[in-house]
Amino acid sequence: MHPHISTFYLASVRVRAAELLPWIVALAAFFLFPDFLSLGARILIYILLVLSLDLVIGYAGIVTLGHAAFFGIGAYTAGILSAHFGIKDPLLQLAAAGTVACLVGFGTGLYVLRTSGLTLIMLTLAISALCLEVANKATSWTGGADGLSGVTIAPILGYFRFDLWGKTAYLYSLAVLFVVWWLVRTLLNSPFGASLAGIRDNRTRMEGIGALVNRRLVQVYSISAGIAGLAGALLTQTNQFVGLNALGFELSGEILVMLVLGGVGRLYGAFIGTAAYLIAQDQLAKKFPEDWYLGVGILLVGVTMFARGGLLGALDSLTARLRRALKL
Amino acid sequence: MHKHPALIGLMFTAVWLATSAPASAQTVKLGVVTTLTGSNSLLGEHMDKAIRLYMEMHKSDLPPGVNVQVITRDDGGPSPDKSKQLAQELIVREKIDILTGIVWSPNGAAIAPLATEAKIPTVLMQAGASANVTMSPYFVRFSFGTWSAPYYMGAYAAKHYKKVYIAVSDYAPGADSEAAFEKAFKEGNSDGTIVGRVRMPLATADFVPFLQRARDANPEAIFVFVPAGKLGASIMKAFGDLGLDKAGIKLIGTGDITADEELPTMGNTPLGVITVSHYSGNGDRPANKAFYAAWKKAYGENSIPSFTAVHAWDAMGGIYHAIREQKGKLDPDRTIELLRNYKTDDSPRGPIAIDPRTRDIRQNEYLREVKSVDGKLVNVELEVVGKMVVDPWVEANTK
Repeated sequence: MHPHISTFYLASVRVRAAELLPWIVALAAFFLFPDFLSLGARILIYILLVLSLDLVIGYAGIVTLGHAAFFGIGAYTAGILSAHFGIKDPLLQLAAAGTVACLVGFGTGLYVLRTSGLTLIMLTLAISALCLEVANKATSWTGGADGLSGVTIAPILGYFRFDLWGKTAYLYSLAVLFVVWWLVRTLLNSPFGASLAGIRDNRTRMEGIGALVNRRLVQVYSISAGIAGLAGALLTQTNQFVGLNALGFELSGEILVMLVLGGVGRLYGAFIGTAAYLIAQDQLAKKFPEDWYLGVGILLVGVTMFARGGLLGALDSLTARLRRALKL
Repeated sequence: MHKHPALIGLMFTAVWLATSAPASAQTVKLGVVTTLTGSNSLLGEHMDKAIRLYMEMHKSDLPPGVNVQVITRDDGGPSPDKSKQLAQELIVREKIDILTGIVWSPNGAAIAPLATEAKIPTVLMQAGASANVTMSPYFVRFSFGTWSAPYYMGAYAAKHYKKVYIAVSDYAPGADSEAAFEKAFKEGNSDGTIVGRVRMPLATADFVPFLQRARDANPEAIFVFVPAGKLGASIMKAFGDLGLDKAGIKLIGTGDITADEELPTMGNTPLGVITVSHYSGNGDRPANKAFYAAWKKAYGENSIPSFTAVHAWDAMGGIYHAIREQKGKLDPDRTIELLRNYKTDDSPRGPIAIDPRTRDIRQNEYLREVKSVDGKLVNVELEVVGKMVVDPWVEANTK
């Protein structure tokens, strides 16, 4: 087994028991920590975003620093639909946000994915900066630096209102995450997923055997953008507000940190990394409101030094060592 | 000890339990959402320091048996989703009675629906975007509105200059300042002309090209708005380098370009710069002198309080008033009623009052000039150009 690529997580089409763990934990948290649901909803939304990032970085090898652009586009799509067009149905907004982000991903992907390496990073960065500036300038649509307020969201399916305690927001985000996870998992287990891994590991050879490399990359990039857009819409709906930071460069960097922390290209790295990062941040910030960044920094240094594949990578090598020990 | 991690955990728990004060029935919980980390943490730090200083100095002002517990959360900068989450937790988990702090307008806007739904009186200590205070009936603002200072600067400029150039930072408060200045300028003098205008990128620190363009338009004065902080010094540098003062062009603006705490870094260029603001550290009032002395005693001779510190100080005055009147048992609607009718003549900025209709602050806007006093540059108040005024935008747009 290649050390940095883990096929373990996708070896079986059937869902293994361990893969149900995140969902059991998420449901248990709903009942065990009723006071933490708004943090919980935020974690679920960021997991969705980081999952979309893992799809491009971990599985297709597209290194991007501009993924927040699609998140922001989704967030603003949902917000603008509500504030300017009176479309307040959350599921309709979700569909629209995913579609718009997917289309923008397709449009920009056609162009930027012809490049690779540093050029690609710079181009994704540039696109995200452009989106930020457009949102900053188009104040009549986006509210500019003041943010887009006046976003109201109708109850889900006409029944479930977004409540103060974040119960609806939590379960709703969980449901969306579950559906997307299922789709992504299925996608990665398909021949399409296999061809992505092939492109990531040896692009030249994939071209040699006649794979449509560029087309595959644009496809996965668009899908990933669409998922990021869904996450953005969820953020808008649970906050009833959109700010410029949804498009910011800082966010693109932060989600990359979460992914690295959890483990790249492992599907569940997004779950564990995001949850660990946001919970650590939340707890440290409450104990040490002025110095909590130091704690987050130490955590990251620790992970990069001692657990190269992130938290999941550490777990992998631990189980591998355990197996070897047991065989002896 | 190594064998007993549980024991260590137990010890920590015991220490934690011992240090966290037991909440009695008479504890008023004050939630503070502010910015203590990131590149823009100065205003949040001043907010935090002013809150602590006020509480330290006004312990005896609380009714017997009542104490105030402050729970501070860091939002890390303009991040609406995070501030909303923090506010939500403060409300549902910590069961706070009053929410306050809030440096950034977008963060305030995100919290507004929450304050309305949960009926949490929210006292804004900054959040200057004019519209912010209108967003929830449970919002009360003790800082200022963005429209105010440029509006009264415009009214003053109309009387003294015929040709003015406008240079503002390219973001929402910049656009507001431009609109407010221009409105008052045109109202005050129909012959006055805006000879040119430019929006300067927020990220730039080199203002020479922009001020050069302004100079080429040959105005009598340049009105400048940039966000409070380091950019004021950059403006001064460009102004001095281009020799605009020697060319007889006057620099005017809101207090943000000559912020008290930044003046020591600006050299002598700011001498003679005219600005409008609601607070000057040099303001010659007993309440201000007392505040200044207390601040310096607590935080060091070189620490200069920003206007945000004064907003927080005054907001605490309002909050303590509401606590006293209700003897520590707070009812949200009664608290708002008390706050919206709050007034005092003893603020460091002079007399202030909350306007009952808009829940925004009513205060003096002072015309100031940068002068050298005892070898230090300070903003000297010349006259009151807006007497006990509410932000004009809020005044016009509140139903």
